[in-house]
Amino acid sequence: MKLDSKIPEGPLAEKWTKHKFNLKLVNPANKRKYTIIVVGTGLAGAAAAASLAELGYNVKAFSFHDSPRRAHSIAAQGGINAAKNYQNDGDSVYRLFYDTIKGGDYRAREANVYRLAEVSVNIIDQAVAQGVPFAREYGGTLANRSFGGAQVSRTFYARGQTGQQLLLGAYSALNRQIASGKVTMYTRTEMLDVVTVDGKARGIVTRNLVTGKIESHAGDAVLLCTGGYGNVFFLSTNAMNSNVTAAWRAHKKGALFSNPCYTQIHPTCIPVSGDYQSKLTLMSESLRNDGRVWVPKKVGDNRPPDQIPEDERDYYLERRYRSFGNLVPRDVASRNAKMVCDEGRGVGPTKLAVYLDFADAIKRDGEQKISEKYGNLFDMYEKITGENPYKMPMRIYPAVHYTMGGLWVDYNLMTNIPGLYALGEANFSDHGANRLGASALMQGLADGYFVIPYTIGDYLAGMNPSTDKVSVDHPEFKKAEQEVMDMTKKLLSINGTKTVDDLHKELGKVMWEYCGMARNAEGLKIAKQKIKEIKADFWKNVRVLGKNEELNQSLEKAHRVADFIELGELMVDDALARNESCGGHFREEYQSEDGEAERDDEHYAYVSCWEYKGPGQEEELHKEELIFENVKLTKRSYK
Amino acid sequence: MKLNLKIWRQSDASASGKLVDYKVDINPEMSFLEMLDVLNEELARKGEDPVAFDHDCREGICGACSLYINGRPHGPMQTTTCQLHMRHFKDGETIIIEPWRAAAFPLLKDLVVDRSAFDRINHAGGFVSVNTGSAPDANEILIPKTESDEAFNSAACIGCGACVAACKNASAMLFVSAKISHLALLPQGQPERERRAENMVAQMDAEGFGACTNTGACSIECPKGISMSNIALMNRDFIFASLTSKPELKVSEGA
Ligand SMILES: Cc1cc2nc3c(=O)[nH]c(=O)nc-3n(C[C@H](O)[C@H](O)[C@H](O)COP(=O)(O)OP(=O)(O)OC[C@H]3O[C@@H](n4cnc5c(N)ncnc54)[C@H](O)[C@@H]3O)c2cc1C
Ligand code: FES
Repeated sequence: MKLDSKIPEGPLAEKWTKHKFNLKLVNPANKRKYTIIVVGTGLAGAAAAASLAELGYNVKAFSFHDSPRRAHSIAAQGGINAAKNYQNDGDSVYRLFYDTIKGGDYRAREANVYRLAEVSVNIIDQAVAQGVPFAREYGGTLANRSFGGAQVSRTFYARGQTGQQLLLGAYSALNRQIASGKVTMYTRTEMLDVVTVDGKARGIVTRNLVTGKIESHAGDAVLLCTGGYGNVFFLSTNAMNSNVTAAWRAHKKGALFSNPCYTQIHPTCIPVSGDYQSKLTLMSESLRNDGRVWVPKKVGDNRPPDQIPEDERDYYLERRYRSFGNLVPRDVASRNAKMVCDEGRGVGPTKLAVYLDFADAIKRDGEQKISEKYGNLFDMYEKITGENPYKMPMRIYPAVHYTMGGLWVDYNLMTNIPGLYALGEANFSDHGANRLGASALMQGLADGYFVIPYTIGDYLAGMNPSTDKVSVDHPEFKKAEQEVMDMTKKLLSINGTKTVDDLHKELGKVMWEYCGMARNAEGLKIAKQKIKEIKADFWKNVRVLGKNEELNQSLEKAHRVADFIELGELMVDDALARNESCGGHFREEYQSEDGEAERDDEHYAYVSCWEYKGPGQEEELHKEELIFENVKLTKRSYK
Repeated sequence: MKLNLKIWRQSDASASGKLVDYKVDINPEMSFLEMLDVLNEELARKGEDPVAFDHDCREGICGACSLYINGRPHGPMQTTTCQLHMRHFKDGETIIIEPWRAAAFPLLKDLVVDRSAFDRINHAGGFVSVNTGSAPDANEILIPKTESDEAFNSAACIGCGACVAACKNASAMLFVSAKISHLALLPQGQPERERRAENMVAQMDAEGFGACTNTGACSIECPKGISMSNIALMNRDFIFASLTSKPELKVSEGA
């Protein structure tokens, strides 16, 4: 298989500008003749649907949520990066590009990342124009804060609710287009398959989550903006219903899946407290601006934190990483937390936690100031744990948070299936092996507002909008509908002894233990075997009650968990195939003496691209070599 | 801790519903929805249909969770149901769990209601008309911090519908006014300010929400503490709009 990433020629800083000029345009009068299907209306999807409708395309947008405003994007807390350099602290498009490439441990495409940094500034302008109430200074200008992996202050924020405010902005733009009739919105509608005709994406098959009706929708292009797959681990910071189904079904129709093993484990989450737990709660990275991370120096020190004197505390991030301190990137912070807990220096009842301490910041700035910055996070922490973080340090531990992997896309965000695009967290494109904080919102909105409106025209202009039509009566649609119905019927008929959650939890445990924060070949092989067993068990023993023709939440989950299990297997394969450590992928065999990740650029500077080969078959690995013309690959150091 | 639950069960919009008794034995550290997860797992194992309820983020921000708990939307604390923890209940207590009740929120199943009326109100005007790509540099619009903070307070609404559920008239005034105020308080919202108020209020009425009689239950029960002052601001805009509104001029596009 030939993979063409379509990266434009020319100097880095001119690539996007030149590319935009070279892309074919669809003339304004013709745009209304095309229908674009947008699956997912989180940040990426809502931004894309609104912007494409503004251009004149007809858009059909889908979400399994009851409203676009409920997408997982709503939960993003900390902020969004942009190279505005409003702080005059030396930021630039190039620096944001460089930080992101380095933060991603040199496993992302230079050209994509540069474009992301370039359009980042437009996103802030757009959001402000929509009425997004970002934090401001008394003089009326926008405020910034710092995030991990950067030494400049380039993060824009709206208290601890940046995702909410940005999504409400994109949602408002989408609403305006729904009102104008250019977007038809289908809520509580889940896509269960992509339909291809003559190799091109031509539509989707959906299930109405209220009535169970299976339906087809045809269009000229399909955009998957369906988010990430962190819930493969069962416990994660993702919203409960986030899932991989759209991407996975597309994968089974031929779309390549890239870097599935790159998972981001976020260092600052509320620790697991019991088996009943349904999800994990993130405490925003912004807290590391003012909070200091520490554990006792002594193994097994059980004293309460306020009785451990200063000189018996180990501020291990400040000690090991002098220049970045508590603001090292997420993968580094998480791994270090794991290391100190593995040494027996973890705190709290489970010993799987470290302290995040605000005592110094409160002493310095006063409780009022700290509460202004982080009030809602402190409240949330108190609600969940029953402890007051103004008085006692928070206890935190890493948790699954974001997935850098996703559908392979070229520079135009098109998968290897013509007409099928992937945007936002659903694609693999910009974060390499580790995403920097406040960069997911930036990427989702960049894809939706500022990339796809340009690149999709190039594809559509190559089709004749009048003659090149496929209707939902095409046999490929009927076939896909039948497959969805068959799978549904099968799930409902097994009537075994385990609930969907039972099996999902089993999968999650295997993934966390063997394919989580640290992996090794031996463990991965065990995982592979165990997942095969879970899969067999699922198809023999799962119990899904009720029928298709009703609101049936167990059935929804069953479809999703079936896909998670298959994805889990591929994640393990990918982790096994990558014999190096990079970013979120830490293979224990490949580390330096002081426990830092060791990349192997000679053999592994590529994007892994997996091709589905049929049920029960091993997938085939293709490689997209990464070419670095502008940055030098060096050992990533935050010391 | 042991609890007696009385949960509204109704198989679909047209079926008749009733409260059904269940017993659970749970850990007080659980959240309310985790308690329902435990119940649902038990039901599924017994071959009984699990209780349907809306939820997603479980962090109090998406607005998906609802539930009328012992006669109060989101239960006894000023928070969302997903952020409500069982330590606020007593061992042996009976908890009555019902869906939001409002004509404009038709029931779909068990505890799940259709809140798409809120979306339609937003379609009617909950936006600033600015196309992608046409925005000026963000710092060209200076907004005093206090004003921006105030707009934020209104924008913090999560669209859960607790205000409607709390109101004896099932009025949506708090929800609608929060959106209108968020934009009315910012310079970006000024050009369409009156139109927005007029159109959103008209849609609110068309959806069948009740009238506001200023009892304030909405704001007391709002998990995000959205203030009644939003309603006053909206009323001002709405009255101003109805006094001054002119038919839109038809302008010829020229050659
Ligand atoms: C707790 C938390 C905090 C975060 N904080 C930050 C932060 O501060 N800064 C930052 O940059 N990033 C942050 N992130 C990451 C960021 O929020 C996400 O990566 C980003 O919002 C994803 O946006 P998206 O549009 O790609 O997908 P989502 O917002 O997940 O949207 C997915 C959409 O697809 C729909 N969908 C999915 N599958 C289907 C299907 N099969 N059929 C129909 N519809 C479907 C859903 O209904 C939804 O509309 C955070 C993440 C978490 C978990
Ligand atoms: S589940 Fe999102 S607010 Fe409760």
